[in-house]
Amino acid sequence: MIEAINQILNGLQLGLVYALIALGYTMVYGIIRLINFAHGDVFMVGAFVAFLSTVDWHLPFWVAVPLSMLVCAVLGVTIERLAYRPLRYAARIAALISAIGVSLLIEYGGSLKFVFGPNYRVVPQPFSIVQWNFAGISVSNIQLIVLVTVVILLAGLQYLVTRTRIGKAMRAVSFDHDAARLMGINVDAIISYTFALGSALAAAGGVLYSTAYPQINPFMGIMPGLKAFTAAVLGGIGNIPGAMLGALIMGQVDVLSAAYISSQLRDAIAFTILILVLLVKPSGLLGKSGPEKV
Amino acid sequence: MRIPRIVAVVAIAVLLPAVVLSGCAGAKDKTTLRVGLITPLTGDVKTFGESTKNGFLLAMEQAGVTLDKGGKIGNVPVKLFIQDDRNDVTEGVNVATKLINENKVQAIIGSVTSKVTIPITKVTNDAKVIQITSTATNPKVTVEDGKRKPYAFRACFIDPFQGTVGAKFALDNLHAKTAAILYDQSNDYTIGLSNYFKDAFEKGGGKVLKMAAYATNDTDFSAVLTDIAKLKPDILYLPDYYQKVSLIGKQARARGIKAIFMGGDGWDSSELDFKVMDGGYFTNHYSPDDPRPIVQDFIKAYKAKYNAVPDALATLAYDATNMLISAVKQTQSNDVEKLREALSTMTFHAVSGDIKNDADGNPIKAAAILQIKDGKQVFVASVNP
Repeated sequence: MIEAINQILNGLQLGLVYALIALGYTMVYGIIRLINFAHGDVFMVGAFVAFLSTVDWHLPFWVAVPLSMLVCAVLGVTIERLAYRPLRYAARIAALISAIGVSLLIEYGGSLKFVFGPNYRVVPQPFSIVQWNFAGISVSNIQLIVLVTVVILLAGLQYLVTRTRIGKAMRAVSFDHDAARLMGINVDAIISYTFALGSALAAAGGVLYSTAYPQINPFMGIMPGLKAFTAAVLGGIGNIPGAMLGALIMGQVDVLSAAYISSQLRDAIAFTILILVLLVKPSGLLGKSGPEKV
Repeated sequence: MRIPRIVAVVAIAVLLPAVVLSGCAGAKDKTTLRVGLITPLTGDVKTFGESTKNGFLLAMEQAGVTLDKGGKIGNVPVKLFIQDDRNDVTEGVNVATKLINENKVQAIIGSVTSKVTIPITKVTNDAKVIQITSTATNPKVTVEDGKRKPYAFRACFIDPFQGTVGAKFALDNLHAKTAAILYDQSNDYTIGLSNYFKDAFEKGGGKVLKMAAYATNDTDFSAVLTDIAKLKPDILYLPDYYQKVSLIGKQARARGIKAIFMGGDGWDSSELDFKVMDGGYFTNHYSPDDPRPIVQDFIKAYKAKYNAVPDALATLAYDATNMLISAVKQTQSNDVEKLREALSTMTFHAVSGDIKNDADGNPIKAAAILQIKDGKQVFVASVNP
């Protein structure tokens, strides 16, 4: 029982990091119906920028994290302007292929010697690991930091989307582009803003991930990106609370299948979930099913 | 911004021939021995690759051959080619194919890890190119499905020996009774070592409490480590490469695992996390504390050229290269069959120990046990076969 609680805490840590990435997928899909495959690589860039700023440029940690979020926000907006906006009214598949291309570009471009280099880099811990033990349940300070940071970011996002004007504009644009335009909303600007927001969250996810699992390399975004995408689909792609729920579930599935079924099958099980969701309830747990009425 | 179609067409028209032409090989001549080196200069085991390259170049230089200008061993002109396999199986096979088809090599030294070397041996054996690996220890390099691959050789001992040595050390010297093993499910090296360790440990009366696998790209081991922490084994056997082992070791200590870490020659790197792995033991091919003159002379030469103490990777690469050089001196030819014959029958005095191949082409050599203590590798014992 105690051991199960420890495993659930492990899954919580992983699920929270997946949540940050899944939000980016779901927001972008909600607003322009595009699965941004390059999102996992924005996560990787965030981890690298934070690493380079602490190790090479010797900036303090509390400067490095907002800096990496800023850099990734700019990166996200740039990707949108160059790779997706020209294809906005073309066939959906064109933008999808473009997204895959951007993803590969960032991965292999990042692995060039004068960018990040192809080697694994070890991330120095910004603080030492402290472990607490309550009656057999072990909690580390890293888990707490991840929990607190992600909860703050998620709460902030929820507030932004539901209680501010710009959040209202985002929701309007995801409903219907033309109607939003008729209401005086600058659709292009809102889309850019959504990309910036999602990318900044992915960057935060990258920093937290590299703190918990301190090895980074230019291809580190592939697997977490795919799992976060599965989480977003599971929760209902386009739906923000759905992404959070899906990510928490995916985190648990990932860890519990490694612990209780087989550590070799954990990835297979995670992606089987993707297939099952699409077969049984494609709109996800919290998504709206049924045809759209015109 | 609409890019005119003509620009795209011109760009493709320019890039395509450039890609094609870059593959053209240089002049060919019949008597030159062309030697390729395949090693992971970048990627997750880059220190292995760098050391291997250093050992290779030092041996070649001592024989009078340099990378830029080539040279002659006896009467045989020699040319060298170096390729990076990034410790990736696909890349390794690609560069091997490139060396064989474009650079027309007759011999390849490489690669470093078993997982990349084993697929390359298929390519070299089909093309009848000699391959000597410096450090790939899995038996499948020279013998697969019961059949000896005639052109594959190695300079190191094999994992059945290495795993057994590790298990015996754990039982006899560390008085361990229980162990847990964590290995990479898609890496023949870790699979082999784990199995041999487990067999020897259990035969010696120990108990393996858990043997779990992970995927190569996994970074989160919390689930399986929490499991292992509950079982409280005396030894945690981590037979993977240094960067993976450092990651697992860190997470293991964070989960409260107090077991002694043990591993194999994959730990031998200056980039191993010495702090996390402190107190751990690993089996290796040689120790710089070995007093034999051949070892100390090599260390002196290596230090003079590279300003560093050679690790086992560099030493074995030096040995593997010298095996080839010795075969060339003996046969005075670049003929693959003659070199193969010479390699199969030679007894070679290597820095890492005398190499005499058994029927499977595997050297019978001693192993060293090293401990990670206070930020360095400390020699503990030498174990003979």
